[in-house]
Amino acid sequence: MKIEEFKDFTIQDYHHLLEEKKISPLELIDIFLERIEEGEDKIHAFLFVNEEKAKNEAREKTDNWPEELPPLWGLPVAIKDNICTQGMPTTCGSKMLENFVSPYDATVVERLKAAGAIILGKTNMDEFAMGSSTENSTFGPTHNPLDLRRTPGGSSGGSAASVCALEAPCALGSDTGGSVRQPAAFCGVVGLRPTYGRVPRYGVVGLASSLDQAGPITRKVEDAITILEVISGKDSRDSTCAPYPPFSRNEIPSLEDIRKIKVGVPREYFSSRVEKVIGEKIQEALGKLKGEGVELVEVSLPHTDYALEAYYIVASAEASSNLARYDGVMYGLRVEGEDLQDMYFETRTLGFGKEVKRRIILGTYSLSSGHYDEYYLKSMKVRTLVRKDFEEALKQCNLLITPTTPSFPFFLGEETQDLYERYTDDIFTIPSALAGLPSLSLNCGYEGGLPVGLQIIGGPFEEGKLLGLALWLEKLLALPSPFPELKEGRGQ
Amino acid sequence: MSDFTTTIGLEVHCQLLTQAKMFCRCSTDYIGKEPNTLVCPVCLGLPGSLPVLNQKVVELALRAALALHCQILPQTLFHRKNYFYPDLPKGYQISQYDLPIGIDGFLEFYSQGVRKKARIRRIHIEEDAGKLVHEGAFLPPGTSGVDCNRCGIPLVEIVTEPDLSSPEEARDCLMMLRNIVCYLEVSDGNMEEGSLRCDANISLSSSSLTGVKVEVKNMNSFRSVYRALSYEVERQRKLLEEGKPVFQETRHWDEIKGVTVSARGKEEAEDYRYFPDPDLLPFSLKTEMIEEIKSGLLELPLEKEERFMTQYELSQGEAEILVQDREIADFFEDTLRNFNKPRMVCNWIVTEVFRNLKELGTTISRAKITPSHLAELLKMVDRKEISGTMAKSVLEEMFTSGARAREIVTRRGMALINDEKELENIVKEVIEKNPQSVADYLSGKEKALQFLIGQVMKETRGQADPELTRNILIKVLSSEE
Repeated sequence: MKIEEFKDFTIQDYHHLLEEKKISPLELIDIFLERIEEGEDKIHAFLFVNEEKAKNEAREKTDNWPEELPPLWGLPVAIKDNICTQGMPTTCGSKMLENFVSPYDATVVERLKAAGAIILGKTNMDEFAMGSSTENSTFGPTHNPLDLRRTPGGSSGGSAASVCALEAPCALGSDTGGSVRQPAAFCGVVGLRPTYGRVPRYGVVGLASSLDQAGPITRKVEDAITILEVISGKDSRDSTCAPYPPFSRNEIPSLEDIRKIKVGVPREYFSSRVEKVIGEKIQEALGKLKGEGVELVEVSLPHTDYALEAYYIVASAEASSNLARYDGVMYGLRVEGEDLQDMYFETRTLGFGKEVKRRIILGTYSLSSGHYDEYYLKSMKVRTLVRKDFEEALKQCNLLITPTTPSFPFFLGEETQDLYERYTDDIFTIPSALAGLPSLSLNCGYEGGLPVGLQIIGGPFEEGKLLGLALWLEKLLALPSPFPELKEGRGQ
Repeated sequence: MSDFTTTIGLEVHCQLLTQAKMFCRCSTDYIGKEPNTLVCPVCLGLPGSLPVLNQKVVELALRAALALHCQILPQTLFHRKNYFYPDLPKGYQISQYDLPIGIDGFLEFYSQGVRKKARIRRIHIEEDAGKLVHEGAFLPPGTSGVDCNRCGIPLVEIVTEPDLSSPEEARDCLMMLRNIVCYLEVSDGNMEEGSLRCDANISLSSSSLTGVKVEVKNMNSFRSVYRALSYEVERQRKLLEEGKPVFQETRHWDEIKGVTVSARGKEEAEDYRYFPDPDLLPFSLKTEMIEEIKSGLLELPLEKEERFMTQYELSQGEAEILVQDREIADFFEDTLRNFNKPRMVCNWIVTEVFRNLKELGTTISRAKITPSHLAELLKMVDRKEISGTMAKSVLEEMFTSGARAREIVTRRGMALINDEKELENIVKEVIEKNPQSVADYLSGKEKALQFLIGQVMKETRGQADPELTRNILIKVLSSEE
């Protein structure tokens, strides 16, 4: 089979092929490895391709074809490089962990493997998930397969790009303030940030513990459901993971009930900040729903403007502490110094990139005595207000629809003239992350070949409704899945 | 000469007696283990690892807090204490901060026979750090390494108010604290192995001078707590008398030189940037749990001490020695069940039983002797079937072989010689051999009689009835006159 034939495949489609023995895991992995070989030169989605082991595993599976196939049996999956994979590098896109090989699997990886998945490789990301372009990766940026001159977004840019280019049928990313949804939007694919506590964080290298959630990046909503079913559910190794059973597609309401869903449209998300075309595309999609009889209500999330600042303070504070362990003592980079202090200094100076240092300094400052109340504590209070905003809004409706990002993917290298502006790219993905709510980005149209991401936000643990609406909307929009030609050269 | 008031407060760290570490399932049994063999991604702080609280830790800490009469906060949480040090793999210690598990308690104890009270400011839970290992068995010369076996072992820190007014009181307070945590099986209280560690804050003040707080660290035994604080009292007194200032600082006790040494220079004002650990959820202590632990609390050392004083009419000193070890106190009471003479049992335990334990280097729970066996032995002494001297030798064998007293006495053919005729003959021999003592006795030296009794005992290998021997000796000697 040829890679083009998989363009509109869902995970279920691969599953049926395998069930009917029309393709073997080994053949499947070979097709994807070939596609990676072909595309990576231009895209650079992967930091590590697990070629040898993946092939061995596929061969092993081909030789031991079971009667009944587990849901992801033989399916190659790409993993963001801040999710621990035993025996493979887990670099977090940082020089600090360039040679770090995790001795254990993250719970989500363990679950993917148990469901039969084969780890295809580790994907590029902004260093320690700090950024929204993958340009903060020590190992060079990833290019957007839809326009190689542009960013695929970030920080899970490698995962989104690999799925967009069909170098991988699906991938895992992690979302702290939008790192799954924003790159999904920029690459025209589906990105799901589950409710905080829905998916175990054990083995997902912490950026901001109270915000991090791993989530699927897929070509279809259906696939997000399949992956969520596998990776979600309580974990005895993560105290912040909710004691609930795994998500089940049975939680998705019938189409009849989905039609009765009231959709809230928060007015703060349609301000002048949003590029006109993006706003129009979202309105078009809303119009389609309205045409189907869905009730739309305007709602307000009054603290939206404060969410960004609060997020950067809380996330940086937690990150400054989470990243303290990279000190050159036990693992990762060590730069020898004259004494201990010197070794710490040299190691962290050389090991961390600019953005990481900036956030460590910011976070350290906001936790310092004398500043704690003014910054950290105040931000936590804002966080509560943001959460209450959503609670109030979700009393008037069942789900919210917003743009995922205010703008289209920017050009690589255009980065960071104005840092504040760059931070505001996350303005629509941050509030629901602060509130811990499930949110999904779905492509709702193209403009000049660039995709527009539509975000659906739900109440806590209401992934059922959220995915139900996403499935239906995807069907109504009937957009083709991306299959870029990759003809342009790098950085054109 | 001015009069100074000494003010001391203690900060005590106790390792909790859990099987598993505080946030992972690694064993806590680290003494003597090869470095870095009791570790996992969690206690090593590897990227992506997360802590999960061991509930036993909360239970033990709660037990200690309740025994120290602390107020239990309904909701509490863990903070991160951020600092860099090689023995701290995560770069922060998980600890409690402004909402500790217990606050505002107190501790009562006896110091030099007087009942005292020290208020407890707080008791909180925290994880231990690893240990730096310097060249030796596991490392080439000139290098240092980190042993993470101790990383994540649960501790409670108990902080007293500055209510102690002398080094003696500080030591006695600490001893009682140790006693309590051992009684409750919260900690093994071993200071030498570091499962109980004590720092002290000490200041001297007078009517015209406010005290300056000096922190003393590195005291590894009750004796060194006493010595270090005594040294510090003298050092500060001298400075103040000479009109020199006392600096607020941390000082380390040097056990060998017997002095405290300033740790200045190593210490900058550190900002630990405490904030709630987002990897752990706040937790509430349910009233039922508190009540359950409260009702399960055993009699505490001081209560037991006072009960022994009233119930068994022991002196405070006697009672104190017995209750210092819960197993000894239990052994004492179990012996009484079969032989109800508290004073006598107490005397035998604090002298002979202690001596045997010490010689064998064992503890009462591991020793071969049981309370009922001791009771049997003492009964025989009480009924004059054997002498005290014989009993001591029998006890020794009981400790080594585990045999019962009657069995040993029978086997050895030991029985009290209470045949007057037989004893008189031995007495006469002894008198003949010791003319000087006889002369001494006759000239009024009562002590000489004790010596002669001893000689008779020696002749009979302790089997002579002491009462009878004494009477016969006096009778025979008076006929010598």
